[in-house]
Amino acid sequence: MYAYDELDRTLINERVSEFRDQVKRRLSGELTEDEFKMLRLQNGVYLQLHAYMFRVAIPYGTLSSKQLRRLAHVARRYDRGYGHFTTRQNIQFNWIKLAELPDALADLADVGIHAMQTSGNNTRNVTSDQWAGVAPGEIADPRIWSELIRQYTTLHPEFSFLPRKFKFAITASAHDRAAIKVHDIGLRLYKNAEGETGFEVLVGGGLGRTPFIGKTIKPFVHGRDLLSYVEAILRVYNQYGRRDNIYKARIKILVHELGIEKFAQEVEDEWQQMRATDTALTLDDAMIEDIRSRFSYPAYEKLPHMPDELKKAAHDAHFEAWRKNSVAPHKVSGYAIVTLSLKPVGGPPGDATADQMDAVADLADKYSFGEIRVGHEQNLALPHVARRDLPALWKALDKIDLATPNVNLITDIIACPGLDYCSLANARSIPIAQELTRRFANHDTANLIGRLHINISGCINACGHHHVGHIGILGVEKNGEEFYQITIGGRADENAEVGTLIGPAVPYGEVADVIEDIVEAYLALRAQPDELFVDTVKRLGVEPFRERVYATR
Amino acid sequence: MPLVKNGKISRDALVHVADDAPIPDGGAILISAARFLEDPEALSRRAGGTGVIWPNNRDVDDLVPYLDRLAVVALVFPTFRDGRAYSQARLLKERYNYRGELRATGQVLRDQFLFMLRAGFDAFEVKKDSDAEAFANTVKRYSVFYQPTGDGRMTALHRRMMLRHSESASQ
Repeated sequence: MYAYDELDRTLINERVSEFRDQVKRRLSGELTEDEFKMLRLQNGVYLQLHAYMFRVAIPYGTLSSKQLRRLAHVARRYDRGYGHFTTRQNIQFNWIKLAELPDALADLADVGIHAMQTSGNNTRNVTSDQWAGVAPGEIADPRIWSELIRQYTTLHPEFSFLPRKFKFAITASAHDRAAIKVHDIGLRLYKNAEGETGFEVLVGGGLGRTPFIGKTIKPFVHGRDLLSYVEAILRVYNQYGRRDNIYKARIKILVHELGIEKFAQEVEDEWQQMRATDTALTLDDAMIEDIRSRFSYPAYEKLPHMPDELKKAAHDAHFEAWRKNSVAPHKVSGYAIVTLSLKPVGGPPGDATADQMDAVADLADKYSFGEIRVGHEQNLALPHVARRDLPALWKALDKIDLATPNVNLITDIIACPGLDYCSLANARSIPIAQELTRRFANHDTANLIGRLHINISGCINACGHHHVGHIGILGVEKNGEEFYQITIGGRADENAEVGTLIGPAVPYGEVADVIEDIVEAYLALRAQPDELFVDTVKRLGVEPFRERVYATR
Repeated sequence: MPLVKNGKISRDALVHVADDAPIPDGGAILISAARFLEDPEALSRRAGGTGVIWPNNRDVDDLVPYLDRLAVVALVFPTFRDGRAYSQARLLKERYNYRGELRATGQVLRDQFLFMLRAGFDAFEVKKDSDAEAFANTVKRYSVFYQPTGDGRMTALHRRMMLRHSESASQ
């Protein structure tokens, strides 16, 4: 956990006062909607189909139990009793009233939560591996650097009006759980041959209507130079990114149009000039240490890997199914990382009620040193659970419907809010997800299929990251009807790829059938039971799937 | 349109000269970049002082040879959502050590005053009277800053270092 100090607290309180004044001026008519729009967006407030939507940042996916309880309070007091966890470690509330927003922000600021820059053409919430600090084999905790970037990008006077939004993601593990290759800047922390900590810097990844996988712009930037290098990228983008067409304004288009070599050279020239005249952004060890010192780590005990409680519970098939699915190894022996599926059968992906949030906060206090994580797959995690507590935790999670053993399986669907909430959407996402969770509700079937990520977006803006789903579903509108394009073979990890269209778009009513046919084709085509869906597509290409799925259509 | 300079509403001493109007012999003038670049040597040496309106899609490098002779550089925000002039401002002030007046023009609104100030602007052609009157209070909204710019405000990281230093010194 990162603990705010007096300076951090002062800044977010000043932000709340500023926004209170802006809302007051809007309500009195002193600010036009055009003037106010960007100001509210920079505080996470969208105008959606039915009401204002409020997006709150959960930087690098780390929450304390106190903070989660406060999110529950906001859901209850200002919304309709639930919240929606997004693919970028944010939580959204869908029914907020503008006049009450300053109070909601003040309530959140009390516990060190903000909504700064969760929208608008600025640097967005910095995301990271939800297992940061606890994943076995991790090189260092990437949240230290995430926090440095969070601070550096917050209210940046030069980069608050960029051509378009700008997203950072950071990982420090070989297996990328932060999807860094589909971010504007992706950072992979590693140690070079001299043992120095630094970053491979990727740039120009992104989804939306023109998907690109990020390219390496610099293979190694020393940690002390991270902020100045980032500033050089942002400065080049701010000046030369396109502003004539909103759909061509992301940095990925600039990188694509210039080519990565030319873009890299522009950044290098800018960076060298910056370094020659100015060292203000260079981080010294003491500064990094100061940030590190405000992250607290649990006092782990020496505990057995196979305690009696676990041996006893192994006779319960339901517990075992959950343990095998939702419990991951921890860097400290005797502990585990537990994922809490927010994908119950028939439920909207990523939603949690205020009561569930409160209950998870209590369980975190009891079993996870008061800490909770939020992942881009729209699930929660308890990062420090003693293995002896797993049976008790499972019972408690089952009671609040958060023990569905479907993590990483076909029903662990990522979906945007879609036409049910969003004013941009062309088609519904949530009901498609709900139908699929019903079709594949049988746990044994889902297990037989194995790891398979389905991603659903209700429009080309791709908030459900359909391009990088093993199966991607994109809602489009055809003559006033909802149709869905289906891609296969995408992935968002260290081998990120954009999926390939499998055939013509299908109407709403046929989507679940097509997905079932794709899965059947996979089961028939896979070389052996442990060849994952995405590997079969890689090995065979799309054609054999197309033949089987579209033969009778 | 009120001009805010050094934090106060001030009279604009510059005469805006249109591209097709004759350049007066005396007095301070503000002209377009195109007009200025027709004869930059002479225009930058005018006795009354010359200011240039520099568009936000043109490299400020072209202006560098004349910077120490210019009274004013006016950068442009065609809308407040177009942030290119923030980068130009920092480059002029921090990299090229421009010491004359740096003026924000275009859609200059209250809620961007502090960003502009931090980027190096010291004069503001403000759109609305009410915003100009609120200038002094608005720029006091924040007392904590997370990133260094040329404005000299100390960053949170540096303040923490000083704090740690004084803590350890007093022990």
